[in-house]
Amino acid sequence: MSEPILSIRHMVKRFGGLVAVNDVSLDINPGEVVALLGDNGAGKSTLIKCVSGVHLPDEGEIRFEGRPVSFPKPIDARSAGIETIYQDLALANNLDVPANIFLGREAKNRYLGGLVKTLNDKWMLGQAEQSLAALDIRFPSLTQPIESLSGGQRQAVAIARAIYWKARLMIMDEPTNNLGVPEQQKVLELIRRLRDQGVPVILITHTMPDVFAVADRIIVMHRGRKVTEKRTGETNASELVQYMVGALDDTRTSA
Amino acid sequence: MTDSKAMAGFDEPALSAGKRAILLISRLWAWVFLALMIVFFVVAVGVFSSATFLSVRNSQNILVAIVPVLLLGLGQTFVIIAAGIDLSVGWVMSLASVLSAHAIRAAFNAGVPLFLSVVLGFVAGVGGAALVGLVNGLIIAKLKVPAFIVTLGTSFIVRGMSLLFSENTTVIGLPEGIRDYGNESLFYWVRGEGGGFYILDKPEVSGELLRSMDRILAWPVVITAVVVLVCLFLLKRTQFGRHTYAIGGNMQAALRTGIPVDRHIIKLYMLSASTAGVAGVLSTLRFTAGSAVIGDPLLLSSIAAVIIGGVSLFGGAGSIIGTVIGALIIAVLTTGLVMLNVPAFWQFIVVGAVVIIAVLIDQSRDLILGRRGRGT
Ligand SMILES: Nc1ncnc2c1ncn2[C@@H]1O[C@H](COP(=O)(O)OP(=O)(O)OP(=O)(O)O)[C@@H](O)[C@H]1O
Ligand SMILES: [Mg+2]
Repeated sequence: MSEPILSIRHMVKRFGGLVAVNDVSLDINPGEVVALLGDNGAGKSTLIKCVSGVHLPDEGEIRFEGRPVSFPKPIDARSAGIETIYQDLALANNLDVPANIFLGREAKNRYLGGLVKTLNDKWMLGQAEQSLAALDIRFPSLTQPIESLSGGQRQAVAIARAIYWKARLMIMDEPTNNLGVPEQQKVLELIRRLRDQGVPVILITHTMPDVFAVADRIIVMHRGRKVTEKRTGETNASELVQYMVGALDDTRTSA
Repeated sequence: MTDSKAMAGFDEPALSAGKRAILLISRLWAWVFLALMIVFFVVAVGVFSSATFLSVRNSQNILVAIVPVLLLGLGQTFVIIAAGIDLSVGWVMSLASVLSAHAIRAAFNAGVPLFLSVVLGFVAGVGGAALVGLVNGLIIAKLKVPAFIVTLGTSFIVRGMSLLFSENTTVIGLPEGIRDYGNESLFYWVRGEGGGFYILDKPEVSGELLRSMDRILAWPVVITAVVVLVCLFLLKRTQFGRHTYAIGGNMQAALRTGIPVDRHIIKLYMLSASTAGVAGVLSTLRFTAGSAVIGDPLLLSSIAAVIIGGVSLFGGAGSIIGTVIGALIIAVLTTGLVMLNVPAFWQFIVVGAVVIIAVLIDQSRDLILGRRGRGT
């Protein structure tokens, strides 16, 4: 067994009196897709926001690639190699595909000894084409504002961006929400492709079929606590639902 | 390649060709409108008066007339694309006019050569303006007060300061020579016998010949053209411009991708105040006096120009060329109606109608795009 890429130990996050994440520990191994399941308000988003630098956990430890880490800001998590795709994709709809892939990290030409810098749009377009091709994503045009793209296409842009910037762990918060069925399939296909390229994925979802379509492992949360952890082959949908609603709870039975 | 089949749906264009055509028209309508308007006035002025609408002199007058409105609009274009608004630019222009007048007068009286005094005037006027922009930007970015409120507040403060510094609205006693900087031009064209075309060399003519002399590209127009080019470059070719669009398109995305949003917003309001500052200094040169009331009436016209030019008040969309067209539309309308002896109040009514039509066209575009949110 190789070492886990990400391990979380006894993480706690409180909002005032509310304990949104309560003593959660988990490991993510190289090249696996882990589904994070749970009802509304179970604490899934809060948990991953603690990993991606949006929140600072109140207690507990995060180790990334073997080292203890702390991410005061999202940019710190990103530069460590943790890319998070939220329910809103953090894309600028008024800009084109390359501009979005390079958002905040634009490539520049330098003139007059660096005094004048212009955008190197040609190079960025070439890079965007390559990174989309590597994921087998093809668009009619990369130079239109992405507001003319479909939801799934935009999801693909966000994924391509994460890959381009060498994500070593990808976190996706309900990526198939608000997508039509064919587009959901494409996004799941992209997730498999990520795993095949060795990038582990944490997939937050409410959607049971998604879980069985792509996940290797499943973690269920209920009211801030991790109530179970199963390999996909060892469980089924109705059992998972029971964990989600709190009817089953491994911590309770083992305690 | 079974995998690529799974992705095949991504190849389909999301918009039909017909909708794309409508979108294209909605982007180009301002050009079409400007062209139609010019044709209309050429014909109407030709029929109803003895003047010619598209004469060299009249076209140059229109260019001179758009200078202040356009300069106020240029900085505003950046601010509004980033989903902000700067209501202080009118009074900032006045402040710059007053400050530059003081600087030029003091420098010249202290024995500084005229040209250098004018340069100092620019430093004082644009510098003072940029300082106001810095304050606007700091309050908006760091204290998170809405831009509308902040710039409304500072515009009153700047108004008070302009009046305070201007010795009762007007700063006079400036060296006569600065008139040339505000009124002379790059080219001269004297028609008729003994006339000719002159470059950078004002011909010594008088009487009838003087009346048939046209100034082509007055210095304020040249300076404004340079500012237009700089703004074009900034918005389209640099990271600064790209981030301006990104912030207006999706502020959350800008923050999460690590764009230094606060610092960028401060720069935007400094830029906006600075172009207003240039307008203020140019008006001082043009009228050989600093005026504390010159800018205020221009604020709404400049915002109208920006909106007619297609900048969305919701942020994320717009262009420098659009704002230039918008300013031209207002100036052509106003000049044309004056030449047709249409009473002044009609100018306001027509400009107002054009602004509303522009916004309607903008919204029809959103409607076609299915009113998608600006950020996902
Ligand atoms: N910033 C915040 N401030 C205060 N309370 C918060 C904050 N974010 C989340 N919460 C609360 O923490 C709890 C967990 O929320 P979280 O968003 O993590 O749930 P979730 O599992 O992602 O739910 P969903 O499936 O609806 O997205 C909820 O009760 C929520 O109201
Ligand atoms: Mg959530």
